[in-house]
Amino acid sequence: MTQSQYCIRLIDIHKSFGSQAVLRGVDLDIERGATTVICGESGQGKSVLLKHILGLVRPDRGQVLVEGEDISRLKGAALSHLRTRFGVLFQGVALFDSMTVFDNIALPLRERSRLPEKEVEKKVSAALQMMDLEGSADKFPAQLSGGMKKRVGLARALQLEPDILLFDEPTTGLDPVKSHDVYRLFFETRRRLGYTSIIVSHDIPKIFNLADKIAILHQGKVRACMAPEELQRSRDPFVRDFMVRVMGSAHSSRDEFVKSNGKCDEKI
Amino acid sequence: MKGLQRLGRIGLESLEGMGRSALFLLYTLYGIVQAPYKLRPVLRQIQVIGSGSFLVIFVTGAFVGMVLGLQGYYTLSKYGSASALGAAVALSLIRELGPVLTALMVIGRTGSAMCAELGIMRISEQIDALDCMAINPYRYLVSPKLIAGLLSVPLLTAVFNLVGIFGGYMVGVVLLHGNSGAYMASIRSSLTVVDLKMCFVKSVCFAFLLVWICAEHGFWVNRRPWGFGAEGVSRATTSAVVVSSVSVLVADYVITSLMM
Repeated sequence: MTQSQYCIRLIDIHKSFGSQAVLRGVDLDIERGATTVICGESGQGKSVLLKHILGLVRPDRGQVLVEGEDISRLKGAALSHLRTRFGVLFQGVALFDSMTVFDNIALPLRERSRLPEKEVEKKVSAALQMMDLEGSADKFPAQLSGGMKKRVGLARALQLEPDILLFDEPTTGLDPVKSHDVYRLFFETRRRLGYTSIIVSHDIPKIFNLADKIAILHQGKVRACMAPEELQRSRDPFVRDFMVRVMGSAHSSRDEFVKSNGKCDEKI
Repeated sequence: MKGLQRLGRIGLESLEGMGRSALFLLYTLYGIVQAPYKLRPVLRQIQVIGSGSFLVIFVTGAFVGMVLGLQGYYTLSKYGSASALGAAVALSLIRELGPVLTALMVIGRTGSAMCAELGIMRISEQIDALDCMAINPYRYLVSPKLIAGLLSVPLLTAVFNLVGIFGGYMVGVVLLHGNSGAYMASIRSSLTVVDLKMCFVKSVCFAFLLVWICAEHGFWVNRRPWGFGAEGVSRATTSAVVVSSVSVLVADYVITSLMM
């Protein structure tokens, strides 16, 4: 059987918390192997949408199809099995604060694989090296800087070699240098492992360099989902308005963007 | 009409809460029997609940036994029954005070910490992270606590009883010059297997209740009306201690009435 072009499909997702409607009919297709960035103003439900994809929140209406299976209807072993395909970097990283960096990264291997401890140690050491964290194995998360925590989170998320990686605001709270480090690692690991990635981010325009598709979430709906180049050329008044607001009027056209930021086609 | 709506909402929320608690318990029990079995997390929790509470149980047991010895000696002496002091101290401890006070001390020391720990893990998305790594959080976080509680609390209760009886002996015999032989003989003659069985049943039930209530309060801190964040964890911890303490006292009455 041939694989579908889309590994995740969100169909007419509605979600309310009490009287507040957060998602009002979200339709979004995530292309296999591509990087899709979900952006929008704060409070538009971007993180809630990510939690729907992970099956942590169930929609009031609609379907969340992950590899053709509606994750919102799965329970127990079937849900766990599907989740092994995901890696997640949470906004607050969600490292286990009572465990060392080494144990945090080793946790998915120890709990979800049958690798002997020596193999686990080897894989974790390789991950620490890849993330430039060699000297931090015995440190606790509270002893790390924000950028280091993100790198530990990314290392942990990659341990089970997921097909799909989700990033919830991966550079929030980091300075430009640390943000660049996170993007560099993301790009390197993605090139090496070829995973599908979904990034919720405010980091515009920097994130455009990584994205294959940009989805704009506004008032509980995906108002546009297109390639960054198309987004910058779009004549849709909403998209143009969004681009002007987030990038300034000078950047509303791709040519201007390239002029002021250098090469755009070349990924970070 | 608004009053009726509020009543309905409270009823629905209570039912939802009860259902959530019941499911929490079921998932935790399932986590215990689910392979692969790992001993290390259970041993770690035994260290936290059992060894960690040993000193406080020892000191509490000693002073409760000493107070019982003191009060019992003067009260029984009035009726010329000072020789029954050992029985009075041992039966009070083994039937009631041992299991109840041990459970209350463990709630104060470990139950509150358990609730706060799980609450913080919930609000900092650590439990969501476990879910996303397809690691069952009930099995990984709660089941070892329940097993450790069921093993540790009866042992701590036994320590409390023994130290308490010794404390009563120190006051009634050593300090107040009561009869040593009479103290021991009265314990031997009055204590039955039913008393020991009651003590064991109570300590196991209390352990079960305290871990269930305290862990559930922390685990689902985000589903409670007092909200998300540090204040939510603080209020959940207070509620966990109050609810589990009251539950222990209610369960004590129920078990006593059934086993007497």
